[in-house]
Parts: sequence; structure tokens; C-alpha cells
Amino acid sequence: MSNVTNGRPLSPHLQIYKFVPTMAMSIVHRITGGALYFGTILVAAWLVAAASGKESFDWVNAIYGSFLGQLVLFGYTWAMIHHLLGGLRHIAWDLGYGFEKHFANKLARLSVISSAALTVLVWIAILIVR
Amino acid sequence: MDMRTPLAKVRGLGSAKSGTEHFWRVRTTAVVLVPLTLFYIVFLIAHAGAPYEVVVAALVNPFVCVITALTIVASIVHMQLGMEEIIQDYIHSEGLKVALLLLNAFFSLFIGGLCLFAALKIAFAG
Ligand code: HEM
Ligand code: HEM
Repeated sequence: MSNVTNGRPLSPHLQIYKFVPTMAMSIVHRITGGALYFGTILVAAWLVAAASGKESFDWVNAIYGSFLGQLVLFGYTWAMIHHLLGGLRHIAWDLGYGFEKHFANKLARLSVISSAALTVLVWIAILIVR
Repeated sequence: MDMRTPLAKVRGLGSAKSGTEHFWRVRTTAVVLVPLTLFYIVFLIAHAGAPYEVVVAALVNPFVCVITALTIVASIVHMQLGMEEIIQDYIHSEGLKVALLLLNAFFSLFIGGLCLFAALKIAFAG
């Protein structure tokens, strides 16, 4: 790794840039994607337990119904909804829309607020149905 | 001066030799996942914490079973591609990168196979 840049200057590192909401949402999209990746283990455990019989299903259901389980599932719901909204934003950009600076930042803020609000709504609905 | 051969220009696949294939497959699976996950969120609202009999009865329904299977397949492809990109962005040592890319492929296939088998077993054998 000796002098890989051939003496050319490196681009400045992250901390020099002013923080903007779209930056935060870029990394949050990646983090939620990664969280969903490992979250599929939760889905797999639930489905496999349901396929294995009542005993194992009740066992998984009890874990998921515990305080910690509910907390993880709440987080999973938020990650899913946030990644979905972020994904729609990405697709709009890919189609060429939504690049104007102020609009993009507004949309970034809106996606945090609306994903949080939608997650709470989903859980209120879950508690009502239950 | 353009150093590319006429064949390379016609193929238009660039230096990575796969063009926009990876990008495109992430987008197509993402678009497919939008209605599927919306359906699944509603399904989970209705069945979160429900007893065994209720959940199995729901998953036996052919419509629910097919949607479940499609959601699994689209998610697995999308998440494998997504994780591939994360690994390629952050892991710079060649050996570790290849090892993690393989692990990613195995994990995705394994989880996908497990979920599909479980969904089909419930549908066909209860
Ligand atoms: C806190 C600040 C930053 C964070 C958290 C961040 C995070 C990320 C993430 C997660 C990606 C890939 C996903 C995506 O495109 O949405 C990415 C891609 C990229 N970022 Fe950043 N970034 C930041 C700032 C910057 C800055 C200041 C620059 C430019 C100097 C930069 C240059 C790039 C480039 C060129 C890519 C594309 C890389 C590729 O496709 O291989 N990023 N960044
Ligand atoms: C709900 C529908 C979904 C939509 C609309 C969606 C959309 C997207 C888009 C557009 C990207 C590319 C972002 C970029 O270029 O930086 C992406 C990345 C990713 N997605 Fe999704 N996705 C969805 C569901 C999922 C699910 C269910 C999983 C996992 C099981 C997942 C895991 C990932 C991962 C790991 C990445 C890579 C993150 C990155 O490169 O920054 N996504 N998603």
C-alpha cells in the first residue's frame, strides 16, 4: 500500500462536509437494508415454526410476544417502512425526478417523520386487531 | 482518443463487464417488493401474535401462500444483491471480500430455501 495515490491529493474525508438530511437518509437506507437482511431470520423462524407444529410455534410466538421480542419487531417494522419509503425516493431519482436541493432535503426529513408515524399507526392497528 | 473496440462499444457493458445489470435487478426487485411488502404488512397486522391454528389456516390459503412465496423470492434476490454492494463498497481485501460474497450467497439461498419449504409444507401438508 505504499503511495497508492502516486502523490496525487486524496479527496477530503467525510467530517469536512456540512451535514445535510439527504446524507443521513443515504446511510439510513443502507443500514435499514442491512437490518432487513438479517431480519429475514425472524421471518424464517416464524414460518419454519408454523410448519413444524403447534409446540414450536407457541415457543416462537412466546419469544416474539415478550417485551424484547416486541421491541425488535417494532424496530423491524420501522426498518421495513423506512426502507420502503427510501426505496421509492431512490426510484424517483432513478427516473430523474426530485433532485432539487431544498425539495430533496424536505423529502429526506419527511421520510423519517412519515416512517415513524406509519410504524406507530401499524402498531396501533396491530394492538387493536389483537 | 477512444481506446474501445467496436465490439465493446456495441455491447456497452463497460469495464465491469456487466453493464447496468446489477443496478437494474435491484430496481426491478424493489418495484416488485413494494406491493408485496404492503400486502405483508397488512397480513402481519391481522396475524401478529395469533394462535397456531389461525396462522396455519391463513397460510394454507392458496392466495396467501403464493404471495408469501413471491415475497420470499423477490426479497432474497434483492437482499443478496444489496448486501453484495455493501460488501464490495467496504471490504477491500480480496480474500475476505470473496469469502463474504460467498457467505452472502449461501445465507440468502439457505434462508430463501427454508422459508419456501416452510410455506409450501404448510400449504400442502398443514
Ligand atoms: C455522512 C456522510 C456520508 C455518508 C453516511 C455516506 C454514505 C454512503 C452510502 C451508504 C453510500 C451507498 C448508498 C447510496 O448511494 O445511497 C454512498 C455512496 C457514495 N458516496 Fe457517500 N456518504 C457520505 C458522504 C459522502 C461524500 C461527502 C462523498 C463525496 C466526497 C461521498 C461519495 C460517495 C460516492 C462516490 C458514492 C458511490 C459509491 C459507489 O457507488 O461505489 N459520500 N455513501
Ligand atoms: C419494500 C420494498 C423495498 C424497496 C422499494 C427497496 C428499494 C431498494 C433500493 C432502491 C435500493 C438501492 C439503494 C441504493 O442504490 O443505494 C435498495 C437497497 C437494499 N435493499 Fe431494499 N428495498 C425494499 C425491500 C428490501 C428488503 C425486504 C430487504 C431485505 C430483506 C432489502 C435489503 C436491501 C439491501 C441490503 C440493500 C443494499 C443497501 C445499499 O446498497 O445501500 N430491501 N433497496
